[in-house]
Amino acid sequence: MDHITTDQNIPVRVRGLTKAFGANQVLRGVDLTVAKGEVVVIMGPSGSGKTTFIRSLNLLETPDGGTVEVCGIAIDGAQAASSRHERRKVAQIRQKTAMVFQSFNLFPHMTALGNVIEGLVSVRGMARGPARERGRALLDRVGLLAKEDAYPARLSGGQKQRVAIARALAMEPEVIFFDEPTSALDPELRDEVLKIMRELANDGMTMLVVTHETRFARDAADRIVFMEGGVVVEDAPPDVFFGPQASERSKQFLGQLHD
Amino acid sequence: MIDLLIRAQPLLEKAVLVTLGLGLGSFILGSMLGMVIALARMSRWRALRWLAFCYVSIFRGTPLLIQILLIYFGLPSWGIVIDPIPAALLALTLFAAAYLSENFRSGIIAVDRGQWEAAQSMGMSYPVTLWRVILPQAIRIAIPTLGSRLIALMKDTSLASTVTVVELTRVADQIGATTFRYMDMFLLVGAIYWAINQVLTILQTMLENRLAKRYQ
Repeated sequence: MDHITTDQNIPVRVRGLTKAFGANQVLRGVDLTVAKGEVVVIMGPSGSGKTTFIRSLNLLETPDGGTVEVCGIAIDGAQAASSRHERRKVAQIRQKTAMVFQSFNLFPHMTALGNVIEGLVSVRGMARGPARERGRALLDRVGLLAKEDAYPARLSGGQKQRVAIARALAMEPEVIFFDEPTSALDPELRDEVLKIMRELANDGMTMLVVTHETRFARDAADRIVFMEGGVVVEDAPPDVFFGPQASERSKQFLGQLHD
Repeated sequence: MIDLLIRAQPLLEKAVLVTLGLGLGSFILGSMLGMVIALARMSRWRALRWLAFCYVSIFRGTPLLIQILLIYFGLPSWGIVIDPIPAALLALTLFAAAYLSENFRSGIIAVDRGQWEAAQSMGMSYPVTLWRVILPQAIRIAIPTLGSRLIALMKDTSLASTVTVVELTRVADQIGATTFRYMDMFLLVGAIYWAINQVLTILQTMLENRLAKRYQ
């Protein structure tokens, strides 16, 4: 592991990542580097391994092989979660990153504000008063200050996802992983979530986004990574990826998306 | 029957308190122990899982009556003498814990996996995740089965009468023996058990409604 140089300007560096679920080899050696402030959109057909890949970055999935280096902390896939030392590194990565899920995963027994400040209070040990103040500012940023006392069951899908983004931001992550953040939403609710993601991108947040939203990918991403069969088959800026020079395979994929 | 009720009232009042004490006491203590066993059964360590599995298997697989008799009449032969009420409370607690651990375990399993993932991905440790995120939801899911468990336990306290604990069933038996009015006494005491459990059922429903309202 000593050969990996840690670099604060490279929040994500992945080499040769492999992962199988039983006989199903989902990741077959994924390489990816994301620079600070970059917005990288990961696209690909279902079963291409993109969700497994992004979940490997904060070790929600334990890789079989390869290395994951996130925020300067390197995890050897083959040893991940095998020792106390490795588990501590996993915890460090998780404290420096945040994840936004397709199914929101808000805590149903806490209010919107309670969800946003939970990490501050029970992970960072911040006092409730200042945490609430910061939580309110974040809810305001996602346009939901009026809903601070609402329980998730009272929120629409789009509102839930905006609270989830505020919850992610509360931990001041160096990078945010978005796993299909709008796939569970009705089309008319997607824009309110995408708008906030665009604002984050403009503010210089480092983001990795698994999504099928081509419009977002086209105008918010710095790079599009196209995955298929557990490997990266194309890694290009949006004007190339969506332009006439794009590979036949990605053109075909985009054609299917629009059908 | 009214005359009997009036005559037996002082004894019955004490007996009701003993029955309630045994039932609620063993439910609370059994819940604490049951939670520990539930978590042990889901532990990373195989030995702990195995131990918890054996505990549940033994205390759920043998009659409560045998457990009570063992503790009160059996343990003295090993030099351990326990008074009737503590002995009954201990047996009921150990017995309840075996069942309650399964109620808690199924509640924990029923919490959506995404809740664990959301907590973990913000760097929350396992104990904090359990305490702040998983258990509040798991216990809420388990409330109906916990309510049934408490009611069953209330009725099981009648077995304490076999080790001379003066609770409702024993009082009924004693007064029945002196007055030869067994029918009236057992009907009366049966009605008291029923009334206690009705109150518990209402309290459970109120708790469920309150939580349901809060979540929405």
